[in-house]
Amino acid sequence: MTRSPSGLDAETLRSRLDQMAARSGIRQWDLGAACSTDTSVQVDRGEAKQMKGAQRSSITVRVWNDDGLVGITSTSDLSDAGLERALAGASEASAFGNADDIPAFSPLATAPLQPLDQPIKDPVSILDLLATLKDAEHQLLESHPAIDTVPYNGLAQRSSDRIYLNSAGACRQQQLTTASLYLYARAEEAGRKPRSAGAVRLAYGAADLDIAGCIEEAAGLTASHLDYAPIETGRYTCVFSPEAFLDLIGAFSNLFNARAVLDGVSLSNRESLGESLAVPFLDLHDHGRHPGNIGASAFDGEGTPTARLALLEGGVLRHFLHSEATARAFGVAPTGHAGMGAKVSVGPDWFEIGPTPGSGGGQQGLNRFTAADPIVWIDSLSALHAGVKASQGSFSLPFDGWLLRRGERRSIEAATVAGDIRQVLKAIVGFEGEPQITPDGVCPHVWVEGLSITGEA
Amino acid sequence: MEPLLSAGRGAGADLVEVFLERTDHLGVLAEQDTITNVSPALGMGAGIRVFLGERDGFVSTNDLSAAGLMAALDQALGMLALVRSVPDRSPFEGLPGLRDFGAAKLDWLDRCPDLREATHRLLEGTDRLQRHGSHLQARRGSYARDWQEVLVAASDGTFARDIRLHQSVGLNVLAADGDHRAGVGRRYGTSGRPDDLRQWNAETSAQEVCASASTMLYADYVEAGQCPVVLANRFGGVIFHEACGHLLETTQVERGTTPFADRVGSAIAHEAVTAIDEGLSDGAFGSLSMDDEGMEPQRTVLIENGVLQRFLSDRAGERRTGHARTGSGRRQSHSFAAASRMRNTYIAAGPHTPAELIASVDRGLYCKAMGGGSVGPTGQFNFAVEEGYLIENGELTKPVKGATLIGEAKEVMPRISMCADDLELAAGFCGSVSGSIFVTVGQPHIKVDSITVGGR
Repeated sequence: MTRSPSGLDAETLRSRLDQMAARSGIRQWDLGAACSTDTSVQVDRGEAKQMKGAQRSSITVRVWNDDGLVGITSTSDLSDAGLERALAGASEASAFGNADDIPAFSPLATAPLQPLDQPIKDPVSILDLLATLKDAEHQLLESHPAIDTVPYNGLAQRSSDRIYLNSAGACRQQQLTTASLYLYARAEEAGRKPRSAGAVRLAYGAADLDIAGCIEEAAGLTASHLDYAPIETGRYTCVFSPEAFLDLIGAFSNLFNARAVLDGVSLSNRESLGESLAVPFLDLHDHGRHPGNIGASAFDGEGTPTARLALLEGGVLRHFLHSEATARAFGVAPTGHAGMGAKVSVGPDWFEIGPTPGSGGGQQGLNRFTAADPIVWIDSLSALHAGVKASQGSFSLPFDGWLLRRGERRSIEAATVAGDIRQVLKAIVGFEGEPQITPDGVCPHVWVEGLSITGEA
Repeated sequence: MEPLLSAGRGAGADLVEVFLERTDHLGVLAEQDTITNVSPALGMGAGIRVFLGERDGFVSTNDLSAAGLMAALDQALGMLALVRSVPDRSPFEGLPGLRDFGAAKLDWLDRCPDLREATHRLLEGTDRLQRHGSHLQARRGSYARDWQEVLVAASDGTFARDIRLHQSVGLNVLAADGDHRAGVGRRYGTSGRPDDLRQWNAETSAQEVCASASTMLYADYVEAGQCPVVLANRFGGVIFHEACGHLLETTQVERGTTPFADRVGSAIAHEAVTAIDEGLSDGAFGSLSMDDEGMEPQRTVLIENGVLQRFLSDRAGERRTGHARTGSGRRQSHSFAAASRMRNTYIAAGPHTPAELIASVDRGLYCKAMGGGSVGPTGQFNFAVEEGYLIENGELTKPVKGATLIGEAKEVMPRISMCADDLELAAGFCGSVSGSIFVTVGQPHIKVDSITVGGR
């Protein structure tokens, strides 16, 4: 086992836990650990605004008591005293474990792991990060006379380790380095409201970031919103950018979440598998191991290997996302989407959305710049935490975007898009362009008809 | 502490601040009639911030050994191109006596309900939901107890300790009948009251949640457009929090993202509006004995009769913008540098009754319960309406759902034209540059003359 840059060592940790558990009479336990070191910079008009560093460590330990009930405790204190205290806390909590829903070790926690191609990059000095970001900010400010500041910006790098261990011999460890750049510019013209837009890039190391592309995208988007106008309230055909459509699907991922199904808070139920949820030319996979997913996890919180999973094929619901416990309840195998807990959470990893092979993918030749009727191009959605009712299916969300008329685009002043996710999935007209890799998944532009847009006109 | 501060000053830093933290969190979840999750979490760590002029470097760590803390200091100094000197020629003369705001709070954690009592109270809540609700597909009760001990030391002579205690209880239901669905949740929270969960009225809370779910289950979707709205008291205060409060933090002045930066002394709101931010209200979720930079909170009048009075400022904000500190330096934990953040923020009561506000509207929207919201980098805000009713001819009529209010602070603040006499506060959480923190929002009933309502 490799010793990690942060000093976390799986075998040493196992040995310590084994001894502590034995002293406490605990026969069954598992543990998830994470350690990371981060450095990041922000700038403001050519000056360093804030430079940050962080060393983080955390351990979550679960124990099964003599009645088979599970308790859990987390701690950031990795000393022996801290771990002893966490074990004691988990033991106390186990008395309140839910006898009707007892998690077990994943049967796949010791299955072979397929390696991920994740190059480990050396960190660069924080002063180099600063110089790079200063230069990026300068270029962005120079790119358009109306861009006066870049109020939200950051260049960060991280080195991290994850570990999963259990008392039945599972031992997983993953090391990862990542870097990120975000640039959100603000522009203002005389007598007009300020406008803003931005872009994000991810890579395995700071030296690999597409900085020029990030500057170009942020500048182009910001400038494109300067000439804005209100939009008339009404129903429009909308074209979602890959980022916006992935955000919308992510907000309603309880459609695919077995935990939510069992809890009765999903829009799906046990009988939904095999039902047609969307147009017959839509495929949706969860594919955390996609090469475009910077930061991919090799295993989930229970040690289950991650894998590509079909959620919708031809618009038909094929599988749910599972933990060990939900998989057992459904009589299937865990899918690698679990967190860790006394009650284990389940969540999506990274979506892959596109046309069903052989289906044609809906209407062909879609091009928002040549469409005859007005088209609303939704570039980014805001306030998903407030405007999405996941268990009801409805949403009402502010967005940034443009109104396209006969090939000309004009930025839309403050407006919202509203609808029901089930209707959206049935109202997809088709796809435009090639799928694009984003931080949340891969997706082409998606056309949806008949959505309600509220503007100030 | 003193060796760190001395070493930092000796290296040439203008100011060095150390924030130490210890936390003990307990979360409990009840679903239907069963406890389904108990999740204790223990934390400890330090945040070290070094200032040189207007610049700063910040490093956080879980390694609280002397070597670990000194390594963090070295990293922070290095960010400003400073290096510890040997021998130490620091002008730092040592810390004064400790101001201990936590001395009277040492037993707070022990006085909180234990795990068994907490689970009983939560199950009482879900049982009450079952009794009062109809068409309930899911019932949930959640309890969170956050205990935090902090110690702040800085080379300007700050040396203070505090203990904080926040408790909150939430009840949520999902009602479903065919295609009709309504998810309704309410959260109740206090600070500094170990007995809070014992005092919580599960019966009243459950009645409130179930009544709202029952009303909203069959509600039609709101008609989109512009109209006058009346916002209820308590959590309606999120409109001021999002629409204006964030723009009165020096964090926004620093970024150049507030339209109010040079408007102190000018009218920015209707003369009916007086707005206050403070950390003093007894038991309120956002109350503090000291902020996360060791300063006692002030009662800060932000807007008086429509005129902007001052900004909320922290240590960095004072250095960078010149606005004097207001005891508003706050952070989620040691892993965030403090920033100017709101505490208990509310619009003051006015002379009207709620009925007068509603009677003044021919056709509009009454927002009884609000969801979350956010504000963008140019001042656009939005927030969701959880429970709304049409106002027709000066009276409340049918319930409506799916509304989102959007607008810009500069345009909306002058349109808050009437305030009622029923100010109440509500507990909430606020996420921003220094993490998620406990806050209070509040207001009396207010009337906004016109706002964009997004819907279907």
